[in-house]
Amino acid sequence: MVFCIAGWSGFFVMGVELLSGRILAPSFGSGIYVWGGIITVFMLALSVGYLVGGRLSMTRPTLRKLAALLLVAAAATAPVPLLGDTVLDWLFGLVHDPRYGSLVSATLLFFVPTAICGMVSPYAVRLLVSEYRLSGQVAGLLYFVSTLGSAAGTLITSFYLVLWLDVDEILWGLVAITALLGGAGVLVPERARALA
Amino acid sequence: MRWLDGTAVAIGVAVAWLAGGSAGAETIVHTERSLYRQILVYDDGELRCMRFTRQASGRQSCIERAHPQRIVFDYVKSMLASLYVDPAPRSILIVGLGGGTLVDVLTRVLPDARIDVAEIDPAVVRVATRYFGLATGPQVRVAEEDGRVFVKRALRAGRTYDLVMLDAFDHEYIPEHLLTQEFLQEVRRVLAPGGVLVANTFSGSRLYDHESATYAAVFGRFYNLRSRNRVIIVRPDGLPPLDGIRANAERLQPVLAPFGVDAKALLPQFDATPDWRLDARVLTDRYSPSNLLNGPGS
Repeated sequence: MVFCIAGWSGFFVMGVELLSGRILAPSFGSGIYVWGGIITVFMLALSVGYLVGGRLSMTRPTLRKLAALLLVAAAATAPVPLLGDTVLDWLFGLVHDPRYGSLVSATLLFFVPTAICGMVSPYAVRLLVSEYRLSGQVAGLLYFVSTLGSAAGTLITSFYLVLWLDVDEILWGLVAITALLGGAGVLVPERARALA
Repeated sequence: MRWLDGTAVAIGVAVAWLAGGSAGAETIVHTERSLYRQILVYDDGELRCMRFTRQASGRQSCIERAHPQRIVFDYVKSMLASLYVDPAPRSILIVGLGGGTLVDVLTRVLPDARIDVAEIDPAVVRVATRYFGLATGPQVRVAEEDGRVFVKRALRAGRTYDLVMLDAFDHEYIPEHLLTQEFLQEVRRVLAPGGVLVANTFSGSRLYDHESATYAAVFGRFYNLRSRNRVIIVRPDGLPPLDGIRANAERLQPVLAPFGVDAKALLPQFDATPDWRLDARVLTDRYSPSNLLNGPGS
């Protein structure tokens, strides 16, 4: 279950990141600086997420709390399809340089959900490490799974999903799966969790 | 960054050598790697061309060195056929500069028209100025900006244009946000009353159906001039009748003939009959996989 959450969180972040380029293009274009702004924000958000996630793992870490992170990430992403256009229209009038326009809009729309996803990995490492000696191996395995998820999210979104579905449908799909997985993790009974 | 320039030149020479077998004797005049692409300027016999890709087929823009006013590509002539609908636009917006052929012809034909160009790649502007004789000034202003952003800003500023020309696509890559219903609606709003839109677009692949459906969704009926490319000419205030187009074409013939724009060749191409799959999905900002629809997998 922990690996599943970490892998999906990686998938989710990259799926959303790819779509964010699509969402910003009508307002700020498809210049290289738009991607620059987006990637900067996602990297910053992840870095903050790692920091906070590691910090959170210090106090009574549980699988339930880890799964709850996914629920919060899903909730924090929902405003993107709901309010994205309004926010972007407003920023288009406010920020004239598309470089800072993309930076500010990516921050407003994607920083929080991405930071929450960033909290998953260090928190998951804490749940999995049973022995000091194994910590490196466990962390390696976890980053393997989560980054593999990111690769899958990038490929599947950009090769196939954008051809089959529209951006909002993909976003809602990602949010729904994230919420379901988070919900399942929160609701799994204590005994089953011990097995996971 | 000297070594970077050196690398670019080396690549350029290699490209010239690779392409040499198929495209005859080409002399590389200039090559540079821009933020978006590799730009190659070369002379091929009488022609000077700009190309973005390594394939010889990807010629972006060409001029005849001895007769720079003579238009080389048929699609440019088709785009100028938009003057048959409105012979005297006073303000023109061109999205996508290339070698600046359209700008050059229009400044000669319409010395009083104000021309704005939106070109995303500063390197293309540089190359067009230095190697293709692009002249900017009070009549011609070039904004190094994304076309979509430019149109949105023009709308906010209340600017309108009598003629909008979209020439932002090449064979390999389509800026997907410039081929959506929402963008075309914005273009429609940036047109002055009676204004005309002309777009150089795609003639092949699955994208043809989707693109046609998208134009039809925004504008209703439009003229579809098909040669190797396909050029769409549309006036949102109603499909202009062929009689008027013919009359304007006759009147413009002496002005346009020196550029190689021939009414006899162009008039028969004016066709408004839908020849695409009518149930093709309209492209929107939410659904715009244009490059996938245009790609080899489709």
